Amino acid sequence: MEVRVQNIRKEFGRFPALDDVSLDIRSGELIALLGPSGSGKTTLLRLIAGLESPTDGTIFFGAEDASRKSVQQRNIGFVFQHYALFRHMTVLDNVSFGLKVRPSSRRPPAAEIRRRALDLLELVQLSGLEKRYPAQLSGGQRQRVALARAMAVEPNVLLLDEPFGALDAQVRKELRRWLREIHDRTGHTTVFVTHDQEEALELADRVVVMSKGAIEQVGTPDEIYDQPVSPFVYGFIGQSNCLNVTLSRGEIWLEDRPIGLRAANEPDGAATLYFRPHDIELIDGCGGCLAGLVTASRRVAGTRHLELDLGKAHPSVEIELPPERASSTDHTRVAFRPTKWKLFRKDGDVAAAPQLVEAPASELARTGT
Amino acid sequence: MAFRSSTRWRFRQPSVIPGFGLALGVTLTWLTLIVLIPLSGLIWRSSGLGWSNFMALVLDERTVNALTISFGTAFIAAVVNLFFGVVLAWVLVRYRFPGKRVIDAMVDLPFALPTAVAGIALTALYAPNGWIGSLLEPLGIKVAFTPAGIVVALVFVGLPFVVRTVQPIMEEIDKEVEEAAATLGANRYQTISRVLLPGLLPAGLTGFALAFARGVGEYGSVIFIAGNLPYVSEIAPLLIIIRLEEFNYPAATAIATVMLFLSFIMLLIINTIQSWSRRRYSNGA
Amino acid sequence: MALDSSSVPTAAPSKLVKAATSETRIARLTLIVVALGFVVLFLLLPLATVFIEAFRNGPVEFATTLRDPETFSAIRLTLIVAAIAVPLNLVFGVAAAWAIAKFEFKGKAFLTTLIDLPFSVSPVISGLVFVLLFGANSALGPFLQKYGIHILFAVPGLVLATVFVTFPFVARELIPLMQEQGTSDEEAALSLGATGWQTFWHVTLPNIKWGLLYGVLLCNARAMGEFGAVSVVSGHIRGQTNTMPLQVEILYNEYNFVAAFAVATVLALLALVTLVLKTALELRYSDEIAASRRH
Repeated sequence: MEVRVQNIRKEFGRFPALDDVSLDIRSGELIALLGPSGSGKTTLLRLIAGLESPTDGTIFFGAEDASRKSVQQRNIGFVFQHYALFRHMTVLDNVSFGLKVRPSSRRPPAAEIRRRALDLLELVQLSGLEKRYPAQLSGGQRQRVALARAMAVEPNVLLLDEPFGALDAQVRKELRRWLREIHDRTGHTTVFVTHDQEEALELADRVVVMSKGAIEQVGTPDEIYDQPVSPFVYGFIGQSNCLNVTLSRGEIWLEDRPIGLRAANEPDGAATLYFRPHDIELIDGCGGCLAGLVTASRRVAGTRHLELDLGKAHPSVEIELPPERASSTDHTRVAFRPTKWKLFRKDGDVAAAPQLVEAPASELARTGT
Repeated sequence: MAFRSSTRWRFRQPSVIPGFGLALGVTLTWLTLIVLIPLSGLIWRSSGLGWSNFMALVLDERTVNALTISFGTAFIAAVVNLFFGVVLAWVLVRYRFPGKRVIDAMVDLPFALPTAVAGIALTALYAPNGWIGSLLEPLGIKVAFTPAGIVVALVFVGLPFVVRTVQPIMEEIDKEVEEAAATLGANRYQTISRVLLPGLLPAGLTGFALAFARGVGEYGSVIFIAGNLPYVSEIAPLLIIIRLEEFNYPAATAIATVMLFLSFIMLLIINTIQSWSRRRYSNGA
Repeated sequence: MALDSSSVPTAAPSKLVKAATSETRIARLTLIVVALGFVVLFLLLPLATVFIEAFRNGPVEFATTLRDPETFSAIRLTLIVAAIAVPLNLVFGVAAAWAIAKFEFKGKAFLTTLIDLPFSVSPVISGLVFVLLFGANSALGPFLQKYGIHILFAVPGLVLATVFVTFPFVARELIPLMQEQGTSDEEAALSLGATGWQTFWHVTLPNIKWGLLYGVLLCNARAMGEFGAVSVVSGHIRGQTNTMPLQVEILYNEYNFVAAFAVATVLALLALVTLVLKTALELRYSDEIAASRRH
């Protein structure tokens, strides 16, 4: 089912947890709410569930205004970070609970409830454990019971609050792949909250990046990674470097030197330059480039990470190179130029010229000298 | 543990901390002198009675009546305490209202107030001319000097047990569990009756058993309000004292032994409930 | 009355949807009324009665009865018995907790159960066992009589019965607390060269002092208020072997109600002081008092 969040505002006391948030969730999609703690992602999820009620704004399930319904009436499936299984009930009783508490007019017969619960346990690969108690299961198994329980009510939308947060790394990876499979098979509209970008980018059809109670960007994992629309997204997703630069006559300057990047049609003034460590090329002899002294060099899997000192006034910059190219550059001066980059204006976090300033650096390199 | 099989049997695990011998020595000596020797003295004296003699003393009609009254009234009082104790714990854990802290502290009053004081105060309240007794008298309800009075006194002494065993468990209930029930469509009544209360069952039963065990042995608060009519409102501990004052040591010993035996069974039941619930539910968070 | 469910953090209550995890206002109100009614009926009214009955004939008579020499001697005896019994159980409690909490040994669970045993024995039986042990017709009786040693119907008997009844209090408070604290502090002190006693005085004792005080408080309240057990061993000799609770009984049975309640007020005040101190300790030092009581 399609879920539309319109102009939602939520205050706890005086503190605004969400400020004028709108989001369209398409039917059948798997969408991630990603952000640091305190960004409002869990609050948004709980508002969709009906566990909190908005200070302002509306939530639609399909064409229906769901914000006037209680959590019981919304028919959603919610999976909690710490599973929240009923510990005095067996696995089977946990999964059947949602069907058993229905009023008798809508309640399936007992045999049907049992059959459906067992089917779901098979789906989550827990057949044979239906008589166990939650205390007798591992963390990963408990979370799968929690998912089966949430799916048993055939929810309009499946909501997962940091579903893998309490699990260790190995199990987390496994469950991630498995959740994607389940989603592809059942097709539930699914929203999950995470602070783990890797999890969000790997798993979701679309990612909603949130910060300070507002949505920063909504997009596919590719869009989020390749075209961040704000310094926050640039900084939060993946690695990035940021440098304070100035614009003058369409050229980007670091202190008193042009760095060989052009931003035509941009008004003069201060700006911040963002680029990712791997989006660079090394340059021999430097007229218009960034250059710095290598202060540290680390081998990370297939690449070498170099930390560069560009001068006292700037934070150190990290670049990634193929190891064979970097080995000769220890404790030496390295000149390079970003191949993909983005400028944001100082005042406010609004991107000044996101698309315009982006250009293949090789062309600019020639003109920059 | 892997090393257990490879090394010889040892009484204690090695430790760098000193003082084990001294501490355990003091503990065992004191335990033996104060508790074990006196209690085994009772068992020894009662075994000296011989089985048929012992049974005759225990099956004496007045004794059977006294035991029935003690256990019956303690059971009723524990049931009352189970119900009100859970309600009181719920209110103290979940709601805010003026004077909550004072009420919470007051719950332990029966632990702190000497039983004799409680006994005379309850008697004064429930006597036909007391505040509550005078209200009940026109309705034809007599409390003081009847078995109902015993129940009232035992409700008083047993009150903290259920509250104090249930309260911490109730505080630990994860809010997510209630929310999970709500997202699955359970209304508030269903959430409480099917999810929350069953989770409190082991603690509630433990509290019930503790209140019951305490009620069976209670003496001070009961004797003032009970009226102490043989066969009607005479409790077993009082009968022990009466037999002692008659220098009828065999009878006193026999009654005491039966009570002791039944208390041990209660203790066993309490431990069983706790280990059963620990095995099944712990680590369930 | 300002009613509010403490489990709901929402500051601005919803006008649209009822909260997911709270009861209706009526249900809440009903439960609070039931619970408070129960507390008033079974706790507050009895407590109030003690004071009201004591002052029934005015403060003068109240003061006179308290100045009665027999009452005075009862107060003195109660203090003496508690002053002997409580320190004995304090030493025992610390020793038992040290052995049980700091070491792993066979039969530990069984030992813990034995320590709890006096809690599940009727107070009357607690007295009876000493009568059977030291009474005239016991094995020890003739021996004691020969050498003129008075245990029953004398202070030693009262002390023994009181020690028995209050036996588990301190140990029970300290064991979970010391188990939770573990042994790393002590190991650190020993590794720095402290002796065993130094470790105990400077490291362990400061860690458990509030828990210890808490246990002593409860132990003392029970020691001063015990009725059933001391009633069996005291012999009720007025002015000699009557503790305060026994004095209350005697006065009451003589229909001297005002005097009985006057003595009872002293005990009720003791209970109130205990409750206040106990609550203060729980609020202030909750993490230094046994984990089982934390709330």
